[in-house]
Amino acid sequence: MSAVIDKADIASYAIRWGDDALILSHRLAEWCADAPELEEDMALMNLALDLVGQARTLYTYAGELEGRGRDEDAIAFTREERDYKNALLVEQPNEDFAYAVARQFLYDAFSLPFYQALASSKDATLAALGEKAAKEVRYHLKHSADWLIRLGDGTDESHRRMQAAIDELWTYTGELFVNDDLDRRLIAAGIGVDLAALKSAWNDTVSTVLKEATLQRPADGWMATGGREGRHSEYMGYLLAELQYMQRAYPNMKW
Amino acid sequence: MTAAVAIAKSRQEQAVWAALAQVMDPEIPVVSVVDLGIVRGVSINGDDVEVNVSPTYTGCPATQLIEMEILEALQHNGYPKARVKRVLSPAWTTEWISDAGRDKLRAYGIAPPAAVKGRVSALLGEEPDVACPRCGSKNTRKVSEFGSTPCKAHYACADCLEPFDYFKCL
Ligand SMILES: [Zn+2]
Repeated sequence: MSAVIDKADIASYAIRWGDDALILSHRLAEWCADAPELEEDMALMNLALDLVGQARTLYTYAGELEGRGRDEDAIAFTREERDYKNALLVEQPNEDFAYAVARQFLYDAFSLPFYQALASSKDATLAALGEKAAKEVRYHLKHSADWLIRLGDGTDESHRRMQAAIDELWTYTGELFVNDDLDRRLIAAGIGVDLAALKSAWNDTVSTVLKEATLQRPADGWMATGGREGRHSEYMGYLLAELQYMQRAYPNMKW
Repeated sequence: MTAAVAIAKSRQEQAVWAALAQVMDPEIPVVSVVDLGIVRGVSINGDDVEVNVSPTYTGCPATQLIEMEILEALQHNGYPKARVKRVLSPAWTTEWISDAGRDKLRAYGIAPPAAVKGRVSALLGEEPDVACPRCGSKNTRKVSEFGSTPCKAHYACADCLEPFDYFKCL
C-alpha cells in the first residue's frame, strides 16, 4: 500500500548525496600538486575522481527525474549556495594535511556503510550506484585510515596536528546521522537509508582506528548542523566561487 | 524462430563480438573491452544493435571514450544504428577480466588482480598476494594504493627492483 513516491523527493535525495561527493571532491582537488608526496597527489586525485563519478551519476539521475532539462552540469555549477545540501563536514577547509586526512576518514567511515545500505534501495538506480560506490569507497577508507594511523602514531608533531584536526572536525560528524523529513519519507518507502542506524558501524570504525593511531576520541558535545538545509559554514561561498567560476563567467560553456 | 534465422542471428552476434574485441581500453591499449569484461551483453534486432557496457569505476574518464569507440567500431562493421547502454548493476568486478586479458595485462607490465594472502586487520581488509609482472617474484611491496589511474595501485619488486602497476581487485 506504499504511497506514491514523489519523483521530486528522489531527485532532491540524489542531489543531496551528489553534493556531498562534489564538494568533498573539490576539497581534494585543491591538493593537486600540493600533497606531501607525489604518490599522495595521485591518490587524492583518484579519490576526487571517484567522487566526481558518483556525483555525476546522482546529478544526471536527478535531472532525468525532474524532467526540466537540467543536466549534470546545470545542477553542479549553477545553483545558489542555499541549494547545496551537502554535510558541513565535507566543505571544511584543508588547513593542513592532517585536516584533509581527518575529514576524509570521518566521512569515509560514514559513506561506506551508507552506500552499502543504499545498495538495498527499492530505487533501482540508487541501488546500482550504492553497490558500485561502496566498492570504491572501501579503498578510500583504507587509504584515509592508513594515513590517520601513520600520522597519529608518528612523530610528536604529526600526532599533535592529527589530534587537533580530529578535535576540530568532530563537531561536524553529528549531522551525518540525523534523519530529516525527506529521509523519513524515503526510508518509509524503502528507498532512503536510515542514517541513525549507521552510527554504530561508524562508531566501531572510528574507535578502532583512533585507538590504533594512539589518538583520543573526542567527547560528543554540541554538534553543528544546517548543511542539509542549505545553511553552510563561512567557507562554502569561497568554495563555490571557485567551483562555479567557469560556468558563471561563460554560461553554458562546454569543454 | 526457425533454424535458419537462429544461425543468421548467431553469425551476426559473432560479428558484433568480433568487432568489439577490436576496441581497446584507451589507457591499457593491449586489452580489449571484451577482455576487460565490461561488455555485459549484446542484443541484435535486424540492424539495430544495443551493447550493454559497465564502467569499471564511476569516475573513470575513459568510459565516454570507450563508448564512442564501441559505436565507431560497430558503425565501421555495418551497424550505423548501434547504441551503447551504460549499466551500473551488477557492478563490474575484476573477476570479469578474462584469462586472456590477465595474460595481456601481465605481458604489458601490469600485475593482474591477485588472490588475498591474508587479512591485515578486520577493518583495513585484505592484502593481495601480488607477483611482479617482470620476474614473477612475490617479494613485492605496495608503494601507494592509488597509481596512475583509480583502478591501479603502485607496487615495487624487491627482487628485480622494478616499480610496476597492480590492477586492484574491485
Ligand atoms: Zn620483479
